[in-house]
Amino acid sequence: MRRETWQAWLLILPAVVLLVAFTHWPALMTFIDSLFSTPRGSRAPVYVGFDNYQSVFEDPVFWQALRNNFIYAVATIPASVVIALGMALAVNTALPGRALLRMAYFTPTMLPMIAVANIWLFFYTPDYGLFDQVAAWFGLGRHNWLGNPATALPAMIVVAVWKEAGFFMIFYLAALQAMPPDLAEAAALEGSSRANYLRRVTLPLLMPTTLFVLVNAVINAFRLIDHIVVMTRGGPDNATTLLLYYIYQTGFRFWDTATAATLTVVLLALLGLLAALQFGVLARRVHYR
Amino acid sequence: MIRRRTLLATAAATLAAPAVLRAQSAQKLSFYYPVAVGGPIAGIIDGYCAAFQRASGIEVTPVYAGSYGETLTKAVTAIRAGQGPQFAILLAAEMHSLQDMDILASLDTLGLDADGEKWLAGFYPAFMANSHVEGKTWSVPFQRSTAIMYYNKAAFRMAGLDPEHFPTTWAELADAARKLTTRDTSGRVTQWGVKVAGDLGNAQWTFGAFAYQNDHKLMNEAGTEVYFNDPKAIGAMEFWHGLASQHKATPDGVSDWGTLTPDFFQGNAAIIQHTTGNLTNVRTNAPFPFGVAGLPGKTAPRTVVGGGNMYFFKHANPAERAAALRFARFVTSPELAADWCIKTGYIATRPDAWETGALGDYVAKVPEAGVAKSFLPVATGELSTFENQRIQKALTDQIQSCLNGKLTPAQAMAAAQTESDRILRPYKRV
Repeated sequence: MRRETWQAWLLILPAVVLLVAFTHWPALMTFIDSLFSTPRGSRAPVYVGFDNYQSVFEDPVFWQALRNNFIYAVATIPASVVIALGMALAVNTALPGRALLRMAYFTPTMLPMIAVANIWLFFYTPDYGLFDQVAAWFGLGRHNWLGNPATALPAMIVVAVWKEAGFFMIFYLAALQAMPPDLAEAAALEGSSRANYLRRVTLPLLMPTTLFVLVNAVINAFRLIDHIVVMTRGGPDNATTLLLYYIYQTGFRFWDTATAATLTVVLLALLGLLAALQFGVLARRVHYR
Repeated sequence: MIRRRTLLATAAATLAAPAVLRAQSAQKLSFYYPVAVGGPIAGIIDGYCAAFQRASGIEVTPVYAGSYGETLTKAVTAIRAGQGPQFAILLAAEMHSLQDMDILASLDTLGLDADGEKWLAGFYPAFMANSHVEGKTWSVPFQRSTAIMYYNKAAFRMAGLDPEHFPTTWAELADAARKLTTRDTSGRVTQWGVKVAGDLGNAQWTFGAFAYQNDHKLMNEAGTEVYFNDPKAIGAMEFWHGLASQHKATPDGVSDWGTLTPDFFQGNAAIIQHTTGNLTNVRTNAPFPFGVAGLPGKTAPRTVVGGGNMYFFKHANPAERAAALRFARFVTSPELAADWCIKTGYIATRPDAWETGALGDYVAKVPEAGVAKSFLPVATGELSTFENQRIQKALTDQIQSCLNGKLTPAQAMAAAQTESDRILRPYKRV
């Protein structure tokens, strides 16, 4: 091998070691574990082929978790991205108290998710929680937001959007600040309306940021489950069970490590597919300057 | 210099000594414990460990590990990784699951002498209900509680009920709860008669009490079978469901354990079913005169015990096991059991603790503390099976379906039974 190649490999060695040790090796081990039965007490694991996959696909809770996660992703991703963009555009203009407004938008992001969940737990409390108190002014009755399967998942979605939008706003704000002001001046001279400017100039220039935010939003839709743990523990009757929470429950509550490994492989495959889609399809529409 | 050399020499000697030699004198132990109720529990435990070290020379490091569930997860993970504590306080109901993981040492292997046997026989039988299997004892009661009713005496008076007499039967409870439920002019409920917890982790406890109130136990002692679709279990579910659907005295759907106490303080619930471990909290914070009473039953009061036991792990060597047993006997001695009861609200686990002067004085001052003890003779163990967490969830899912009106009590119990049978199939001995 040429000397430069050796040097190049040596230079990336630390990164490769970390990546292999903490990403690829565990993923491989998880896949291998998913082909064996769960060891219990004195019973050693035995090779079962794809039996674990078959039982996972026959498990109604798995399908419900998948369906919940799909609804959760489809609702949280566009909502948090659109709200983030709106907030960024709002605080990018020169208005008094701008710093205060920016901080207010960003506060949810700074709070730990556990704290957020506990605050919202109070908001959602039936009868004397914030929402029910407000509802009472309008003569509306009692809502058991978290105890009713019909409203529990939407309640989780609202918390996630509230938490995430501020975070994504920061990225949009940074991109907006980096936009050269002469573009706006040129557009104004040409007599372009603000809506037209937004559609033709701002949004296309924000596409790289949008891609980044979208990738993050998708990952978070599968990754962020702290509020589930605090607020509903997947209930009532699995109405708020998301895939990652189901993996945690199976692995560390039921100690069914083989099934948990199988579910993890399914989640990995799903995320891999989504990432490929995003980078393959969306990246072509993104113009980097 | 000398100090460093001595240290080195000691370290070398320790390494050189055969494992057997080292095993003979356990000087250091660690154990995991959960905190499930409010209050300065950690400080109390630290104090007991310091007192134990003064008495025995053995250093015990207590590790606070979160809630019951988290402590279980952490202890099992650490032990599977080849280390971890020598003993831990975990839910009494986890006995079968822990045994199935093959990580427990039964008390018979810890070196119990005749005196030790006598000590073990001195616990309340109700608290030992989740400790026996296959003729062996697997855990020692420590932070134990029972389900108990807290009720608002002012609300009782307002509703024209006698605040000194709490209902003792289902019919009386339903009747009282109906009278305690108040509505404003628009029909909106301002105060619910009664609230019980139906969320994951607590629903099976609530339901176990209802079932036992109908003279029914949910599982066999071996933990290999459950009896959810028995007519008596269905009857228990019908009563629970009926409190909302028929009597309109409790909210529809699932009430969360965590909000029961705030609900009670806010005047939103006139009666709550909670743990005795909550007594100190309620005494300090309830803004109205409150009463404590045992749970009613279909015909006579019945309740269910809960809380944590001390488990000893197999990976500890014989000397460490002996030292752990010594610690267990130390903290369950009458004086410390009484002290633990006074400071936390947990029930002292042994009759001889209740005979100590300290606890006697306390009960004279706080009569509520003695109420829970008087219901121990009518208490049963909580739901405890192999794959305990999974069975709990199977049952809770169906209870929640029923409370939310998706399934009838009979359908819900049948579904829970089918799912549990599937989970427990590998454990049925042929």
